[in-house]
Amino acid sequence: MDKGKAVMGAGRRWAVDFSDQSTVPSSRDILDPPGFSRVSPEQDDSATSRQKKDAEANWKLQKAWEVAQSPFKNLMMMGFMMWMAGNTVHLFSIGITFSALWQPLSALQSVGKVFEPFKDNKVELLMPKLVFLALNLGGLALGIWKLNTLGLLPTHASDWVSSLPPPQEVEHSGGGFAFH
Amino acid sequence: MAMALRLYLLLIVFVSSAIVSFSLYEDQVGLMDWHQRYIGKVKHAVFHTQKTGRKRVIVSTEENVVASLDLRHGEIFWRHVLGTKDAIDGVDIALGKYVITLSSEGSMLRAWNLPDGQMVWETSLHSAQHSKSLLSVPVNLKFDKDYSILVFGGGYLHAVSPIDGELLWKKDFTAEGFEVQRVLQPLESSIVYVLGFLHSSEAIVYQIDSKSGEVVAEKSKAFPGRFSGEISAVSNDKVVVLDSTRSILVTISFVDGEISFQKTLISSLVEDSGEAEILSPLLSNMLAVKVNKRTIFVRVGDQGKLEMVDSLSDETAMSDSLPVADDQVAFASVHHEGSKIHLTVKLVDDLDTVLLRESIQMDQHRGRVDRVFINNYIKTDRSNGFRALIVMEDHSLLLLQQGAIVWSREEGLASVTDVTTAELPVEKDGVSVAKVEHTLVDWLKGHILKLKGSLLLASPEDVVAIQEMRMKSSGRSKLTRDHNGFRKLFIALTRAGKLFALHTGDGRIVWSTLLNSPACARPSGISLYQWQVPHHHAMDENPSVLVVGRCGSDSSSPGVLSFVDVYTGKEISSSDIGHSVVQVMPLPLFTDSTEQRLHLIADTDGHVHLYPKTPEALGIFQREFQNVYWYNVEGDDGIIRGHGMKSSCAGETADEYCFTTRELWTVVFPSESEKIISTLTRKPNEVVHTQAKVSTDQDVLYKYVSRNLLFVATVSPKGAGEIGSVTPEESALVVYLIDTVTGRILHRLSHQGCQGPVHAVFSENWVVYHYFNLRAHKYEVTVVEIYDQSRAENKNVWKLVLGKHNLTAPISSYSRPEMFTKSQSYFFPQSVKTIAVTSTAKGITSKQLLIGTIGDQILALDKRFVDPRRTLNPSQAEKEEGIIPLTDSLPIIPQSYITHSLKVEGLRGIVTAPAKLESTTHVFAYGVDLFYTRLAPSKTYDSLTDDFSYALLLITIVALVAAIYITWALSEKKELSEKWR
Repeated sequence: MDKGKAVMGAGRRWAVDFSDQSTVPSSRDILDPPGFSRVSPEQDDSATSRQKKDAEANWKLQKAWEVAQSPFKNLMMMGFMMWMAGNTVHLFSIGITFSALWQPLSALQSVGKVFEPFKDNKVELLMPKLVFLALNLGGLALGIWKLNTLGLLPTHASDWVSSLPPPQEVEHSGGGFAFH
Repeated sequence: MAMALRLYLLLIVFVSSAIVSFSLYEDQVGLMDWHQRYIGKVKHAVFHTQKTGRKRVIVSTEENVVASLDLRHGEIFWRHVLGTKDAIDGVDIALGKYVITLSSEGSMLRAWNLPDGQMVWETSLHSAQHSKSLLSVPVNLKFDKDYSILVFGGGYLHAVSPIDGELLWKKDFTAEGFEVQRVLQPLESSIVYVLGFLHSSEAIVYQIDSKSGEVVAEKSKAFPGRFSGEISAVSNDKVVVLDSTRSILVTISFVDGEISFQKTLISSLVEDSGEAEILSPLLSNMLAVKVNKRTIFVRVGDQGKLEMVDSLSDETAMSDSLPVADDQVAFASVHHEGSKIHLTVKLVDDLDTVLLRESIQMDQHRGRVDRVFINNYIKTDRSNGFRALIVMEDHSLLLLQQGAIVWSREEGLASVTDVTTAELPVEKDGVSVAKVEHTLVDWLKGHILKLKGSLLLASPEDVVAIQEMRMKSSGRSKLTRDHNGFRKLFIALTRAGKLFALHTGDGRIVWSTLLNSPACARPSGISLYQWQVPHHHAMDENPSVLVVGRCGSDSSSPGVLSFVDVYTGKEISSSDIGHSVVQVMPLPLFTDSTEQRLHLIADTDGHVHLYPKTPEALGIFQREFQNVYWYNVEGDDGIIRGHGMKSSCAGETADEYCFTTRELWTVVFPSESEKIISTLTRKPNEVVHTQAKVSTDQDVLYKYVSRNLLFVATVSPKGAGEIGSVTPEESALVVYLIDTVTGRILHRLSHQGCQGPVHAVFSENWVVYHYFNLRAHKYEVTVVEIYDQSRAENKNVWKLVLGKHNLTAPISSYSRPEMFTKSQSYFFPQSVKTIAVTSTAKGITSKQLLIGTIGDQILALDKRFVDPRRTLNPSQAEKEEGIIPLTDSLPIIPQSYITHSLKVEGLRGIVTAPAKLESTTHVFAYGVDLFYTRLAPSKTYDSLTDDFSYALLLITIVALVAAIYITWALSEKKELSEKWR
């Protein structure tokens, strides 16, 4: 009822009031109980409310952009770490590389979740999402590139032939010095 | 998959590059290795049994060992192994404290201190010609220092002071046609008699003053006939000689310098006479003659008259005569009767007086008695007791005393000729192993002790207990197969034709068997092959080995095949194959349904015979008939001939398992400039993991891996002798790689100014060989790696991913593969006796060269040191791959001697065999000594080490779990109290 109305947040776009309609107008007629001052949203100016909503959307978009660009920092950080790790295979470089692969992958998986708070019919989220995706893919590419520089990708002929056993021989020959 | 493998390989590279040298800690000695000391077949034995001091026997052996053995237990007090060219001619004790040995055909005289074996002096004697070598140390019971050792050798008679080895005088006997036969030095006399034959028909006796070496008198007498050279000195003034017809015994007496001959027809002594032979035992006033497979004793009378006093069956061995109390002389004879031997000691003068008669149960697998040496001692009841040292046909040495075998030594193992490996039986459910397994309490106790050790809490007693526990760790010597393949049998064939199975865990002899043959009494063993190795029927079929032997020493003498069950050591069958054996070719790829391996045996007529002789084997062979080739190397002529199979030799014999061959190719080396000194092929059972060699820049080189490659080393005929006998200009070493199917010379490499001997090892696609560089005055090692150029085009990744390549297609030698080689040479600071290479189950683990050095030790050298890709300044990537900067010589890291402080005396060969665990390889080295160890060339990357503390791990886990629970409970409590606040 009243309490329910008061709870209605500013961020709601529409609301259906299921409270008893017959009692509400009549309750206007009678005096409020002492110490109770009725402040209802219906009395707010509709113009100020729209303004508020626009500001909110702007803020959301801004936030969404921030989130979308956040992998970039990560990317720089990763790049630095990779540079530090060097091109030899050891625990550190492998750890860095795998985290560099894992982070973009997990981010890509949760792209919907990341942008969930900024969902609004007024906010265009496609671009931030695309940027977010692109940056994460960039991170993934960086990780793969690192993997390659470490020589852990089977891109060379040597990676495919190193386990091939020597071919069978058709002929068989034996002999040597005679026993004496 | 490829990725995982790559990671795996990378891991290996890392592990292997971590520490270059292989070494072990002091307390690890004897955990994986064992060492057995032998002396070889005894030739001479001299007892030293004085009342004081330890009783010992000094022996010299056919392996050129002089040793002092404990008479009580048969242990070696001390031992010296002289070089292979330093054969011992005589051994004796002088002055009661020196052991005198004469060696190198009478040109080297040495004195060793009797108690500890230190060399006291050594005298090199002048030698002008080949001749008999005789050592005469006068028996002087008074320890009169005024006598000399007489040595005849190289045409000179030398008198040497026993005190310091000083040469007192020498006398020249190098006259043309003169052969010295005996040097006699009668007791209490200053005259030395030298008896010799001039042109085998004239006897000359020189009387020489033993103080000055002056010839006092010279007498000669012509003999109407010729002497055969067999001689027996029966007393101080008489010798008995066999004439060249071998039917007349001639007694030569030279009393007071007068020579007289007295002929006795052997037919007058025994009825059924034939060719006679004088036996070696020295008996006083008597000689033993072998006539018609019987031994007769002939007594020499005062006037040189001969009479037969006794005759024995052939199977009798006799000792020299031995003075016993009261001027009596006794000798021992041993003869067989069933499974027993009878030792009889009789007086020489009176053959009816038997001083001792003993019967001893003897193992059938020791064969006949070969030699007997006796020694007497005074019993508590003042009678004479005798001990006899006997040498059996299998070269074992036994001491008999009081009717029992006091100790025995398996000296046959000092002359191992061929070695192969065999698996132990699979552990079956019915087999009880409870005795060996520990109870849980013992197990826990052991691990607590180990834990104490690893935490440095152990007291000295604990340390001893830990070491003891490790030494006889439960599973080590079990007679069943283990999961890691650490327990195996090494089957060794000895020169005596005896087969021994040695356990890798502790080196004990599991079984031994002396080869028999229906055709001849004792065939000589030639070589050993794996005949049947069951995999499919491992539970119910026993593996077996094939022993190829021969009746007689001639190459055309008939061969004998013997099949021996590896688990039991029983001879399954033995067959006389009716043709000679020149070469044996196992066909490892072909097995029949019972997993018997097909073998081809070539005879002297150029035929090959297929074994096993079953229709199934014939069917398998006929399918591959056109693809089987054989070659033989004729070292003397410098020719290598290749043969192909032609047809069944049904036209000549009815044998359908016999095939004729046709000559396909010959490689003839010019005899004036090249002489074959060494040939080598890959081991047929070697496993190669991959055909590709990946270089640092991810480039692929394809190895040329072929079983049909022969490495041949030739040297200029002048340079075939000793090192340094030629100038660098005169000698050149040439090595070849020859395809033995087509005869094509794939590679030729010439080393000017170099000389043999060449020791080489051939594995996968590389050969490493060791030779002497005359210009640099240093030994050199060269590595040659062979790569296939024709497959190098397979570089397209997509084709490889899709499998569109011909890399696994069977290849033929006739396809003329293009190949190129990479090689590099290094100096090597040591002379080498033999080289081997480690072998592992899958061939993944990096390899080590096992170099048997001149000091009879084995050095493990990583193959990475002999890698042609080494450069002076390797790039960072190359360094990461483990390429070592190039140095002019190969390093010898003292820690990488796998024999650590031991020596494998007289080292002749090293055998490696893979364990089931990929990282590990068995190494067995044989010579006079035997040595075994287990090696992990890249460390044991696939298993935990033996001293890994499971208890510590367990305790850590328990502690962690406990800690987790405690902290969890604490945090719960704290949270609760937080909430209440």
